[in-house]
Amino acid sequence: MTETNSVVEPVETSSKKFNIDTVENAAKTPDTDLPWAELGLKQNEFDEVVKVLGRRPTGAELAMYSVMWSEHCSYKSSKNHLRQFGDKVTEEMKKDMLVGIGENAGVTNLGDGWAVTFKIESHNSPSFVEPYQGAATGIGGIVRDIISMGARPVAVMDPLRFGAIDHPDTARVMHGAVAGIGGYGNSLGLPNIGGEMVFDSVYQGNPLVNALAVGVMRHEDIRLANASGKGNRVVLFGARTGGDGIGGASVLASESFDDTKPSKRPAVQVGDPFAEKVLIECCLELFKGSLVEGIQDLGAAGISCATSELASNGDGGMEVELTSVLLRDPTLTPGEILMSESQERMMAVVTPENVAAFEAVMDKWAVEYSWLGEVTDTGRLIITWDGVVIVDVDPRTVAHDGPVYDRPYARPSWQDSVQADSFTGSVQDTARPSAPAELAAAVTELVASPNMCSKAWITNQYDRYVGGNTALAFPDDAGVVRVDEETGLGVALATDANGRYTYLDPYHGAQLALAEAYRNVATSGAVPMAVSDCLNFGSPEDPDVMWQLAEAIRGLSDACMVLGIPVTGGNVSLYNQTGTTPIHPSPVVAVLGKLDDVARRTPSGWREDGQAIYLLGTTAAELDGSEWANMRGHLGGLPPKVDLATERELGEILINASRDGMVDSAHDLSEGGLAAALVESALRYGVGARIALQDVLDRDGVDLFTALFSESQGRAIVGVPRSEEVRFKDMCTARGFAHTRIGVVDAASGNLEIKGVDTMSLAALREAHEATLPKYFG
Amino acid sequence: MTELPLIGEAIAVAAEPRLAGARIGVVTFPGTLDDRDAARAVRLAGGTPVPLWHADTTLGDVDAVVIPGGFSYGDYLRAGAIARFAPLMSEIIKAATGTASSNPLPVLGICNGFQILTESHLLPGSMIKNDHLKFMCRDQVLRVENSNTAWTLDYEAGQEITVPLKNQDGQYIADEKVLDALEAEGRVVFRYVGFNPNGSRRDIAGISNAAGNVVGLMPHPEHAVEVGFGPQSLDGIGGTDTDGLGFFTSVLNKIVGGNK
Repeated sequence: MTETNSVVEPVETSSKKFNIDTVENAAKTPDTDLPWAELGLKQNEFDEVVKVLGRRPTGAELAMYSVMWSEHCSYKSSKNHLRQFGDKVTEEMKKDMLVGIGENAGVTNLGDGWAVTFKIESHNSPSFVEPYQGAATGIGGIVRDIISMGARPVAVMDPLRFGAIDHPDTARVMHGAVAGIGGYGNSLGLPNIGGEMVFDSVYQGNPLVNALAVGVMRHEDIRLANASGKGNRVVLFGARTGGDGIGGASVLASESFDDTKPSKRPAVQVGDPFAEKVLIECCLELFKGSLVEGIQDLGAAGISCATSELASNGDGGMEVELTSVLLRDPTLTPGEILMSESQERMMAVVTPENVAAFEAVMDKWAVEYSWLGEVTDTGRLIITWDGVVIVDVDPRTVAHDGPVYDRPYARPSWQDSVQADSFTGSVQDTARPSAPAELAAAVTELVASPNMCSKAWITNQYDRYVGGNTALAFPDDAGVVRVDEETGLGVALATDANGRYTYLDPYHGAQLALAEAYRNVATSGAVPMAVSDCLNFGSPEDPDVMWQLAEAIRGLSDACMVLGIPVTGGNVSLYNQTGTTPIHPSPVVAVLGKLDDVARRTPSGWREDGQAIYLLGTTAAELDGSEWANMRGHLGGLPPKVDLATERELGEILINASRDGMVDSAHDLSEGGLAAALVESALRYGVGARIALQDVLDRDGVDLFTALFSESQGRAIVGVPRSEEVRFKDMCTARGFAHTRIGVVDAASGNLEIKGVDTMSLAALREAHEATLPKYFG
Repeated sequence: MTELPLIGEAIAVAAEPRLAGARIGVVTFPGTLDDRDAARAVRLAGGTPVPLWHADTTLGDVDAVVIPGGFSYGDYLRAGAIARFAPLMSEIIKAATGTASSNPLPVLGICNGFQILTESHLLPGSMIKNDHLKFMCRDQVLRVENSNTAWTLDYEAGQEITVPLKNQDGQYIADEKVLDALEAEGRVVFRYVGFNPNGSRRDIAGISNAAGNVVGLMPHPEHAVEVGFGPQSLDGIGGTDTDGLGFFTSVLNKIVGGNK
């Protein structure tokens, strides 16, 4: 490819000396070589652009199509599969859905006139290149998605996956990402209420930094991203547009005559949390005064995305003058301005009558804004540069009619041999602990292991208190925030994924992620209502990976039907690989639930001396893919069995028990099995217990090691007040749900005593549990 | 003055007729984060919160002022260094130093508010980055060293309370002479107990001015005013959810003349 505009007539503009490729020029010079390949378009895609336009694109149009038709913005590899989330929907699932998948974020009815919106997104690759800014702007972007719906953001969460804990580069990524999430999130006044932390070498060159935000609003405040009403004004406000995050657009830099502009541009955007905090308050004031007709945040693909999406979702036309954009860097070319991913910007549509009131809000918060143009009914998105037309497109072709691929996929040839390689009996399974001292050592080793150790080193860098509505946060199973201070109405959120399970069986692995998040929400006492997912996978051009993605989506959408909760939004992140090795398929699933009164939430820790501890559910010998197998360096076999009907039943028991005051604590069993759950429940408030598992061993036919370390699903432990024991047992019996009394809370001993295992002091367990992250990360 | 958009309505609190007439201003700067929490704390203590905007040029008829936490102007310069020059701060400084009347305005600066008070020279010393260089959020035990300030009258001297602490620049520093004077005059109001979370000199968590009407501290009493939403210790059974409420009842009682 040669330079963009080598044969293009220069156009002198009054404001800047750029060599502007106008629509007129494009029509006159069909044979100009364009750098479409450098911008990531394939030949067939470029041909399609030419066909759609009936001529070659201008440089600016090429910039728009290339970013909007990228995998990141167009979901071209996953779209055909993602349809299942919209197709497999029952009436039960639609009941509370106010806004479905496709908007910035879905909206769910909470009752009492309240609505909640939440979404999870990835910011993986920027977080590897520049961990602090990558993670920080991940929070910024997801929070703006929530504001765009008309909601006040009320909390964030961040599931994180890093490389091996002892790899020299892990500390760089970990320190940067955690500080970035804290530095940005803490400055926004949003409590960070939970998340995940996993170390695995598959994420070494490609950490997963996902970010979730949740917001609440009154029904009447729901805003959508559309530009309607001919003559309404289009405004860009917030931070100025700079050269950050342009990346590929630099090949268009030849548009510029002078060579004085900065030659190197950061590919990663730089965040300004103060600007975002002001933007939040300022937008909420706009919503309160009903001053905007439509609103859209600027994220990936910047102005290209905002203008084309607003226009195509509304009356279909918009005219924008690009020289009106306030710039941080005056040397930016039109193409760069269109592609810039500068943070903390929003675009809105305002009626002429509201212009003055809009400006008053901007002035109050000292937010910069510029009026770019207006809504038209022409069906065209027209962008001018000093009055000269440089973009003239049907906005739908940019925003919605991108290419869609049916990528070939096939079950990998290695899948059968991986599934045949069970942990039980493997080389790594020699010397399985059985003596009381060995079992105590094994439990201690488990809770000190990288994935099971205390995450306090991370979460203590996040503000969990701000807002005063946090009713539960890490290390409880779900984060809970109050929405309505008068009634106590609130929401619970949990995110989960297990890359190892999903590697072993993508269909069921994805379902297990959903099941765990569902269970975590129910454990807190909340009724699960909606799902958001962040699908982190390798390259869709690899049929093995494409099969993992297809299977995971199929599994997830099938499971949502059984559990009766819809996917309301999410994000797909592809091409995640370390070198040529794809990451474990990692569908991160967030479940949102509702609590009528957050005062009734159930914490994970024991408190009251003498309370009975029950184990709900049954245990099978399921160690494949487990934390124990992982600690021994084994990954093979089949993940634990999924039984969604059981999960639903367990969920109902936990919710009813919470509502009726039958349980004072509850903790779900997942990674690390019963051993991890017992230790975590004890360490939560520093209160021990005496546990005897003989009844479980007899009933389920497993040995003590298996009872402690198996990761069988559909299980939880609950603390039941003595006065409620009969009622609780009757409820479980009536529902036919397996329940066994396994011990009592012992507040005085300071020990966790498990029959058949050497007594473990809480002090020693805490020491082991909390020392791991500081040891590696200071 | 524009009312802040709040989530939901004000929490339903049993009316406290004796205190409801006391009006406590809560200042919002661009970047302030804990203003709603401070207003809630005032309400839960029985008083009437009054939102104040940084650009206001009058305090209206408030009886006391809380400068809440956050990152005013992003704290990109020195924490509190820009906020100190807000028009409203001039009014607060005037009222707090009592040049206008013999009854100086009670002022509480929490976290960023404390930083703003030192930048305003209402309180001596300064805050620098935590000694471990990280943001830290934890439930912190404090000892009330002086129960005679406007904001600590409802505590006993020597009483230990637990309130959340969360900051990046919380290390209190001053020269030895100032520190000695603060100690000698009983102006060290709060000290960290058990663990110094940021390297503050002499474990100082909060101080007052000589008159005792202006108090600043790094930890957040406004996050410990409501059962179920306050500190839930990892090391023992809770029960410290509302240890911070005394700050607000102290000043309200003082205003209505009902303190011990």
